[in-house]
Amino acid sequence: MQDVSSPASAFLQGLRASYSVAAFVLFATALGFGALARDTGFTLGHTAFLALTMFALPNQVVLIDQLARGASVAAAALAVTLAAVRLFPMVATTMPHVRGTRRRPVLEVIAAHFVAITTWIEGARRLPAVPPDLRLPHHLGIGVAVCGMMVAGSVTGYLLSVGMPPVVSAALVFTTPLYFILSLVATARARLEVSAIVLGCALAPLFYLVVPGLDLLATGLVGGTAAFLWGNARR
Amino acid sequence: MSFLQDGTGGYLTLFLAGALANEVWRLLGVVAGSHLDMDGQLFQWVRAVALALVAGLVSRMVLFPAGALADVPLAIRLASFAGGIALFYAARRNLGAGVVGGGVLLLLAQLAWS
Repeated sequence: MQDVSSPASAFLQGLRASYSVAAFVLFATALGFGALARDTGFTLGHTAFLALTMFALPNQVVLIDQLARGASVAAAALAVTLAAVRLFPMVATTMPHVRGTRRRPVLEVIAAHFVAITTWIEGARRLPAVPPDLRLPHHLGIGVAVCGMMVAGSVTGYLLSVGMPPVVSAALVFTTPLYFILSLVATARARLEVSAIVLGCALAPLFYLVVPGLDLLATGLVGGTAAFLWGNARR
Repeated sequence: MSFLQDGTGGYLTLFLAGALANEVWRLLGVVAGSHLDMDGQLFQWVRAVALALVAGLVSRMVLFPAGALADVPLAIRLASFAGGIALFYAARRNLGAGVVGGGVLLLLAQLAWS
């Protein structure tokens, strides 16, 4: 990343994320979302609108599922907001990385919109090598690239959905959890990180059965806190 | 379509129940993040919570999937997941090999089984 010297070149470097494994996997998953949206009776415009304005696949699926089952707007909003809580710690830990020495509130809010699991993972992989004052444009580049893939994948999936064999869409959907876990494992070094990942995987099924709806929140708080305490105690 | 109005009304519903309900946590994250010190204990704790949460989402997606993946037997999902991780390490921690390999394993196993 030595050739990054100006904000513009940092942004362009970030755009290159559109042909990474991450972008491919996101595209594959977005195909599944587009197909689901068509299945449940949404228009192509609605589908693209959700991909662009929400940019968080699991939450988009929650919304579509709720509305298609006839939930009220308030009930759907509640379900979405519960699923979206996970964005809070991801944004809160991304912001100190990207903000640099100067405060740019508008760009920071746009950068926050581009924080989803994929960009959070890609950012953690790429940002440390970028000079601090160029991280914000670099992150914006990654965001535009990955968000573009999200919209493109959703639209393509919508248009292709008639005739895609279920086993193919199953395999496409399956690449998402694999990508998440492998990238987490690839970047985790400290004891705290490894134990947070292991505890998260182990606790989620239990909480899913005990407190469905709040399961991810409970997993994050209980697993993360335990990993934090254990990681500190051993240091 | 019965559950969404035509035109602007439908988009307004999607904006309120979708975009706004979703984005509020990102905006709160910007506010909280601007006070976080990267070397501090609080940052480490928030990061651990985020990691555990995403890892939890992974195991939920594999163990309790929705849609087409739910029709694939649990044994095939777990074996392909383990296979993807094994391919990742066999290919010297290559992300593409693990992700694509795991997906292909699931496809082949499901075709052979059904």
